[in-house]
Amino acid sequence: MSATHTAPPAGAEDATKLAFYQIDEHDHPEGGSTMLGFWIYLMSDCLIFACLFAIYGVLGANYAGGPAPKDLFELPLVAINTSMLLLSSITYGFAMLAMEKQQIRATQLWLAITGLFGATFIGIELYEFATLIHEGATPQRSAFLSAFFTLVGTHGLHVTFGLIWLVTLMVQVGKHGLIQANKRRLMCLSMFWHFLDVIWIGVFTFVYLLGMLR
Amino acid sequence: MFENPAILKTIFGRLTLESLPLHEPIVMGTFAAVAVGGIALLAAITYFKLWTWLWKEWLTSVDHKKVGIMYMILGTVMLLRGFSDAIMMRAQQAMAFGANEGFLPAHHYDQVFTAHGVIMIFFVAMPFVTGIMNYVIPLQIGARDVSFPFLNNMSFWMTASGAVIVMMSLFIGEFARTGWLAMPPLSGIAYSPDVGVDYYIWALQIAGVGTLLSGVNLIATIVKMRAPGMSMMKMPIFCWTALCTNVLIVAAFPVLTAVLALLSLDRYIGTAIFTNELGGNPMMYVNLIWIWGHPEVYILILPLFGVFSEVTSTFSGKRLFGYTSMVYATVVITILAYLVWLHHFFTMGSGASVNSFFGITTMVISIPTGAKIFNWLFTMYRGRIRFELPMMWTVAFMITFTIGGMTGVLLAVPPADFVLHNSLFLVAHFHNVIIGGVLFGTFAAINYWFPKAFGFRLNEWWGKLSFWMWVPGFYVAFMPLYVLGLMGVTRRLRHFDDPSLQIWFVIAAIGAAMIAVGIAAFLIQIFVSVRNRETLRDTTGDPWNGRTLEWATSSPPPAYNFAFTPIVHDGDAYADMKVRGYDRPMTGFRAIHMPKNTGTGVILAGFATALGFGMIWYIWWLAAASMLGLIATSIIHTFNYKRDYHIPVEEVERTEAARTALLNQNKVTTA
Repeated sequence: MSATHTAPPAGAEDATKLAFYQIDEHDHPEGGSTMLGFWIYLMSDCLIFACLFAIYGVLGANYAGGPAPKDLFELPLVAINTSMLLLSSITYGFAMLAMEKQQIRATQLWLAITGLFGATFIGIELYEFATLIHEGATPQRSAFLSAFFTLVGTHGLHVTFGLIWLVTLMVQVGKHGLIQANKRRLMCLSMFWHFLDVIWIGVFTFVYLLGMLR
Repeated sequence: MFENPAILKTIFGRLTLESLPLHEPIVMGTFAAVAVGGIALLAAITYFKLWTWLWKEWLTSVDHKKVGIMYMILGTVMLLRGFSDAIMMRAQQAMAFGANEGFLPAHHYDQVFTAHGVIMIFFVAMPFVTGIMNYVIPLQIGARDVSFPFLNNMSFWMTASGAVIVMMSLFIGEFARTGWLAMPPLSGIAYSPDVGVDYYIWALQIAGVGTLLSGVNLIATIVKMRAPGMSMMKMPIFCWTALCTNVLIVAAFPVLTAVLALLSLDRYIGTAIFTNELGGNPMMYVNLIWIWGHPEVYILILPLFGVFSEVTSTFSGKRLFGYTSMVYATVVITILAYLVWLHHFFTMGSGASVNSFFGITTMVISIPTGAKIFNWLFTMYRGRIRFELPMMWTVAFMITFTIGGMTGVLLAVPPADFVLHNSLFLVAHFHNVIIGGVLFGTFAAINYWFPKAFGFRLNEWWGKLSFWMWVPGFYVAFMPLYVLGLMGVTRRLRHFDDPSLQIWFVIAAIGAAMIAVGIAAFLIQIFVSVRNRETLRDTTGDPWNGRTLEWATSSPPPAYNFAFTPIVHDGDAYADMKVRGYDRPMTGFRAIHMPKNTGTGVILAGFATALGFGMIWYIWWLAAASMLGLIATSIIHTFNYKRDYHIPVEEVERTEAARTALLNQNKVTTA
């Protein structure tokens, strides 16, 4: 390849034939980058959780003479809570199937069920936190508990925002139907919701299950 | 009733009259100057009835070009603030020897060096870099805007909100006295009980949201919105460096968000994460903040590497030498940026193996960087070099940055680092690469793209004066610090006992004074250019004989950038078009689909500022109300489905006809 532009490269098409502008151009549909953009955002969120996991990994055994996971965690309760979140992911999947079939009512119904599972999850988590704090296992007690409350609480906060978003979308689907913009939003929330599920599986495994073994 | 302290506390948190720096003449003087200047500016806007125009055309604009320009203005304003801090430090250190205590008390001096670092990185370098990327990327890839135009506007206002919070700390309360990374336990509530660190945390958290979202936005833009025919390897090199920078932003800023949130928890609710008590570990903070902090320096420099590549190629009249190797070098730097963070604290004591690993990865970075320097040199080799201002800055960069790179490799040797850690040698090193790289690059970019953005060139005489003050000024200011660092002087000292050191600080202060002249000359350059804009006018849209697509449209470009989307056949798309004799389409225009302006970004940033202020001063009702406001505004915004409009075909025809007339007139005058 020549370093300077003295002549068109050999073998190039006749310059007159080469088009340099798109003459017949149509509007680009809105939101063509939304899925990619939202996915990139999720990965950045994932890094926040990565930091919190790292903190928990380093500080998780520093009990400072306070209670350890074995003294605190009630696995049956956490197992029920986990199943709430996992079920909510399945029902969100059903909502997406209904959305594909343009069934507004069914979509909303499945979204409502998802929301109920999510709310139950948050409720059980708050109950667990309240019990812990009541037992004196507060976030201020030890580095282990600080890291625990931060990691699990951040996940819970995400689910809470997911719930606010879910309700907003239910209203918007009711108002405008399953138009393209709403479908795109439902897809984004879908990714968000499943993402939180994956994070929770990490929390359940590393914090609760491995904590009981420690 | 207002004598009841409990009620006052509920309303004002820990904000009292004592929080105002009424007893500090330097701060009050600054406040008076800022207040007078600010009132004059607001009065002028009101007098000339510019509020509506400002709101409709600028503040609420989602046009990437205007957002980019607003970032540049923010960066310039904050440069003045950050530089005032610098010159205060230089003056203090030049005089505070022996019996002389200088003019800054310790608690003020500590705020000054913290604010200087924070402002220069977050509110000068970052806005400059983001501003340049915002302005140039869509034009270079032949797009009409970024992927998420509203998000772009909001990102800018979040950054501005962070800057506002930092500025507030100057007059209400105080800023952190911890150094720019606010390391615990010093930044913990026990050692920094007042508002300084909280100002730091909230300014960075809010600005960080803006930076992260703008990173997401620009990645999506580059990946999804390139003109037809522009494959990744035909992308202008600046877009490549910008892509890598934004990947770094998305991969690094969440770490900053997390680590600052954890520090906030320690400070606000008393968790034990970075404490010395109850099992906390301050070194976790140091690790995490540098896992953000090291990529951050590459976030700053990579786009400027792109700028230097574009400038070198344009002003040598040649295709960039080694485009492919340049791309790979950039990608390698992006990856290595994550493998070196520990070199900032070899003295932590991780042991020989860990330190060796990070020392070696650090040295390895000099290989792709060196490849880049050679690529630029080979681009210049046998080129027809025009030493216009952008090229002058580029040459100054190549020399200065190479020196900074070499001192960086010295610091990468762990045993040497044990001696030089936190010394003025380190301070000299990072100013060497940040000023020599980021600042020089920004000036190259401003001089290069200013005619594109505003339709007239910048005045050369004042630009050259600025150059000749900045570049030697930099050497005079920082070479003495290398010497002092090798003699063992540590950073952040307010007072010295050894009189033999004073001469070096005096020389450094002279350098800072030269840089002050350089900054003044830059501002005068802009002022003079605006005044003489008719003689400096660029009617061609291509004042430098450019090679990439931004030069294919008019200066300044119309709101829609390109009436027809360009089709790309070659890496240097516009150079290729010129060589092959392209025809600008004159007919067949269509209405153009564009995003609508919105004030939501301004409102959200307003709430964010109030939220930060409420949290800093423990004004809980304000914080809660602003949080609700943030959520409500975001939700309300999503109920607006009509976010686009069409620029009518008549307007496109009118704009393009005006350009045709200008181009024809140009042909007549040159013929």
